[in-house]
Amino acid sequence: MAEKKPKSRLTAISESPVWKSIFRTGIPVTRRQRMMGILNNVFLHLHPVRLPKHAVKLKYTWCMGGLSFFLFLVLTISGILLMFYYRPTVEYAYTDIMDLSEQVPLGIMRELHRWGAHAMVIAVWLHMFRVFMTGSYKPPREFNWVVGVLLMFLTLFLSFTGYLLPWDQLAIWAITVGSNMARATPFLGHEGPGASLLAIGDINLVTMSSDVRFALLGGRFVGEGALLRFYVLHCIGLPFIIMIFMAVHFWRVRKDGGISGPV
Amino acid sequence: MLDWLKSVVDFISTPSISLTLILLMFPFVFPPTAWFETWHRRLGLHNLWTNRGGLVMFSVITLIFVWGFTDVNFSKILGKPDNVPIMILIYSVFFFLWLAMKSAYENDAHIAAGEPVQEYYPPEDKVLVWPDLVYIELIALILMMVFLLVWSIGLPAPLEEPANPSLSPNPAKAPWYFLGLQEMLVYFDPWLAGVVFPSLIIVGLMAIPYLDSDRKGSGYYSFAGRRTAVFVFLFGWLVLWVFLIVVGTFFRGPNWNFFGPFEEWSVTKVVPLININLSEYVWVKLLRVGLPANPLVRESVGIIMLVLYFGLTPVMLARGKLRPLLDKLGSIRYSLIIFLALAMVLLPIKMYLRWTLNLHYIISIPEAFFNI
Repeated sequence: MAEKKPKSRLTAISESPVWKSIFRTGIPVTRRQRMMGILNNVFLHLHPVRLPKHAVKLKYTWCMGGLSFFLFLVLTISGILLMFYYRPTVEYAYTDIMDLSEQVPLGIMRELHRWGAHAMVIAVWLHMFRVFMTGSYKPPREFNWVVGVLLMFLTLFLSFTGYLLPWDQLAIWAITVGSNMARATPFLGHEGPGASLLAIGDINLVTMSSDVRFALLGGRFVGEGALLRFYVLHCIGLPFIIMIFMAVHFWRVRKDGGISGPV
Repeated sequence: MLDWLKSVVDFISTPSISLTLILLMFPFVFPPTAWFETWHRRLGLHNLWTNRGGLVMFSVITLIFVWGFTDVNFSKILGKPDNVPIMILIYSVFFFLWLAMKSAYENDAHIAAGEPVQEYYPPEDKVLVWPDLVYIELIALILMMVFLLVWSIGLPAPLEEPANPSLSPNPAKAPWYFLGLQEMLVYFDPWLAGVVFPSLIIVGLMAIPYLDSDRKGSGYYSFAGRRTAVFVFLFGWLVLWVFLIVVGTFFRGPNWNFFGPFEEWSVTKVVPLININLSEYVWVKLLRVGLPANPLVRESVGIIMLVLYFGLTPVMLARGKLRPLLDKLGSIRYSLIIFLALAMVLLPIKMYLRWTLNLHYIISIPEAFFNI
């Protein structure tokens, strides 16, 4: 009788009932296991099981879409941690950031969050550039390009709302410069062309306290109201919307025939 | 010698000079028509998208940055923690532009020779996502994480003085990715630069797949088959977006005045404000009758010019060179493309009118906040 090979510790673990209850397919060694490993995992099944060879070439994809999503996850996690320390009020916001950098040992969450956000903006632009240069917006993927443009816009708006939160000079003046443009919105801003037409008799409907800038800032200038609004938009509102569009974006990549490639 | 060289760079960086140089070079670097293509080859510009060309571009950019860090004034701008992303942007834009164009030219050669493009594999030649893709993804995200960690440990996030609504910094800059829009504010009022143009950018980007009816060139890098589309996109992205961001970040100092990279940001730099409206040119300087009281009469010249610009140009082009485009796309898609293109070109046109004629507004009706 042939002697049984002793099992390695790793194989033993992977064959234990606990492991098998979590990862049903075991360690993916055989072709079937590798396919089932993708199919049975909720995260990995964003992917198809098999791909044409060009689709895994870095020279083709630059991995920029994947990195944009990864950066989004990094920003979500570091952002949640930052929320433990940060209170969005004029009284506390700045000192909380000071505390964060001075009291938290080895704290680099703010750095990760800030530099990661810049990196995400660049990654999203480069992803868009790649998709254009490979003509991947062409039918049948035209709608997914539209969703992608919205995602890029949401990325910029997420970054913009986060810009205010440290409540330092850079923050409020950058947001002041940015949001001042909103008061010139045609019809909807109090210094925009056509706004004076929206009036009942001689009562203007679009004033400094009712225009689109007021709605964005929750006030006539960048103050308490703006800080709270930007905080809520940054931490809840925009991530909620962007996640919906991301789900559509990923779903449509698969449904529109997978990653683009030469016919 | 070095000082002289610095003043040359300062001079070239002036938006009027640098934009002119870029506009002159652009169609030769990214030839939109066969005629430009001939000159592109004759000038040897296709060598930009080879390994040697890439190395030259990389060296030139690095040399400028290294030189900049040795200069008192330039290093102040380059050394700002929040400007690090711009340097990463410049490097990555050039690198990926080079990579995309290199791949495109390789594929163009394949297509010309009747061979399949480099992205082509026989349909049955597939790989499993586990392990061929998930491992690449894992390595990519680990490298990105390492990069972010090094950046975060090496460079603390800046924090300025606490917010003070009564003390505005000079210059007050928007976040770097909006500096292209803030740069537009020099030439257009906020309702255009901050609202209408950004909306047109978003709408125009979204419209690309519906306006570009050419089904060729999907799923692989290519240039020759879709040179006009690529030219327009690259012009919008590289010149009107990335270039303006670089100008806004590096070259705009106190009072939003222009400063060359080696120039000191002095608050006292005086730039004369001598901008004149088109209506004044016509009624006061040319006709010498004074401005009419009725704003519509006063601005009639500007209004007519803009109506002709947006209304007549598409018709003229359709009768001339762009007739095939109209026939191919139909009148609605044709008009939309031309409208978006004309709106895009309006920015450089207004820039040149400002630089040459000191033109303030083409149409100026401040009573209704309607200035163009």
